[in-house]
Amino acid sequence: MTATARSELNGALHLNPALFDDDVQQLAIRKGFGHGLVLAGDADPRVVVLSGDLTESAQAEAFKKKFPGRFVELGVAEQNMASVASGMAAMGKIPFITSYAMFSPGRNWEQVRTTICYNNRPVKIAGSHAGVSVGPDGGTHQAIEDIAITRVLPRMMVICPCDAIEARKATVAAVSTDTPVYLRLARNDTPVMTTDDTPFRIGEAQIVWQARGAKVGIIATGALLHKALLAARSLAEDGVAVEVMNLATVKPLDDAAVVGLAQRTGRIVTVEEHQIFGGMGSAVAECLVTHHPVPMRFVGVHDKFGQSGTPEELIDYYGMGRDAIIACVHAILGGAGAAGRG
Amino acid sequence: MLLTEHQTIALERTANDIRESIIEMLVAAGSGHTAGPLGMADIFTVLYFHTLRQDPKNPSWDGRDRLILSNGHICPVLYATMAHAGYFPIDLLKTLRKFGSPLQGHPHREFLPALETSSGPLGEGLSQAVGMAIADKMDGKRGERRIYCLMSDGELEEGQSWEAVMLGGKNALNNLVAVVDRNNIQIDGFTEDVMPLEPLHAKWAAFNWHVLEIDGHNLEAIADAFHAAKSIYDKPTVIIAHTIPGKGVVEFQRDYHWHGKPPNAEQAAMALDELRKLGSDIDRKSAS
Repeated sequence: MTATARSELNGALHLNPALFDDDVQQLAIRKGFGHGLVLAGDADPRVVVLSGDLTESAQAEAFKKKFPGRFVELGVAEQNMASVASGMAAMGKIPFITSYAMFSPGRNWEQVRTTICYNNRPVKIAGSHAGVSVGPDGGTHQAIEDIAITRVLPRMMVICPCDAIEARKATVAAVSTDTPVYLRLARNDTPVMTTDDTPFRIGEAQIVWQARGAKVGIIATGALLHKALLAARSLAEDGVAVEVMNLATVKPLDDAAVVGLAQRTGRIVTVEEHQIFGGMGSAVAECLVTHHPVPMRFVGVHDKFGQSGTPEELIDYYGMGRDAIIACVHAILGGAGAAGRG
Repeated sequence: MLLTEHQTIALERTANDIRESIIEMLVAAGSGHTAGPLGMADIFTVLYFHTLRQDPKNPSWDGRDRLILSNGHICPVLYATMAHAGYFPIDLLKTLRKFGSPLQGHPHREFLPALETSSGPLGEGLSQAVGMAIADKMDGKRGERRIYCLMSDGELEEGQSWEAVMLGGKNALNNLVAVVDRNNIQIDGFTEDVMPLEPLHAKWAAFNWHVLEIDGHNLEAIADAFHAAKSIYDKPTVIIAHTIPGKGVVEFQRDYHWHGKPPNAEQAAMALDELRKLGSDIDRKSAS
């Protein structure tokens, strides 16, 4: 194995060949959810959608138009929405509740816990506007605690799609689970990295960027996967080989894949648009400290709230952009910037 | 009147038996709520022994009416009534709140599958009941199965309760009946001191519900109210049931200190004596 070993995208995943291009297609993850919702409604008459006065923004509009009889508008009442959905699920429906992540599962967390998870009802919670990339709306509307508060709930599955196409597939796949599912969605246009042919299964992590002899494994969830790939490519150009994993399903965690990556690389950097406390990186740490402890670093928001700005400004300010990931990789390798975060 | 005199006396006897069971359960458990369960025994009796479409031997029968207990803390009356109705052996009641018991401190359908919902945290049951009623409306059901939600007056202080009331009114859920246990007490004292709820009737009416007010211990009035609700076509119905917390045991009645504690052995013996005397009176009435 040499330091010049080839680093490349995993061909088996049929990724978007243009994903490194400057003009790569950009599409909001939440839009993929909206599309998936219609497909899910077509495929299964039990699928119903509940909205809390954010029908267009939370992408329930297309479903509402196509299936008006299976759509419920509840007004600005997210706590009610969670529990009404529980009641509908008790009668055999598969409800999707749609709002912003800050309000659902934020505002209604205890209703999600008691009336959905504790009651074991297969309600799907679609939280749009997750992450600081919400942008100008500011910190109140930027959910960066939602992975923590959902993955802590028994029975809850947590999925953070990396792009609109994966969001569409995750939405359709969520219908066939018998459990509550949290779909974490982002507001803003982000690069489309996958294609219709990219495989997706809940609970399966994917190695997106391969490198023989990699010394660091980067695990990313959500749209920041693109930043991780930009970092990996740049690192490869500098002779640093890393692997990049897309961990779309944060819970249940793909333990085998995570442990395998740690065994191959010996160091892990996690990347998420979320507080580093309790998020995906914490889930990975819980797994590795049990099965295969390795040095880790966490890219994410370090115990701060968000603010107004453009998505790019905010991603950079909170240390989640390409350069921050590169610095973290160097830090864990003990090189320049070793005194940095994590 | 819907009930014959004979039926009424039989229900009265059943309600008294259920009250005895409640006292026995609570003293064995050593913790739990006393006033609310005793106060709601008459309404539970009418529901489970007269009104509900149900099959205790086949609790998952799809055509059954749904009974949602929102204020889960009064579950001793739910458990006792279900046992007397034949859902499970009465002997099981003494396991209330014990490790591994189907009769969890607050209702948990994973432990007792015959329950419609797991509940406890206040203000959530009506939302679930509204969701059930909406689902049935979506499926074109015309009230062949009805949704009943039993709730406390105190939990109307939860904002979510009113979110659900608004949605029920908006969707004109005529397959839904809410019952408010208007016993005027909560943990910290009398509701009108802690957080005034009146004018309660006007509040529900303002949210487009059909409002009935009854004496929650008058068995005929209870049965009549559930029957009358079936003929309301453009609104959900709420029955504000005026009840006496601790009903049946004079020493426990109307005293908010009995909201959240069980009787000790001595108090339980006294209460059971009182209830057994009441039972004998009912039997004499029945024989005459």
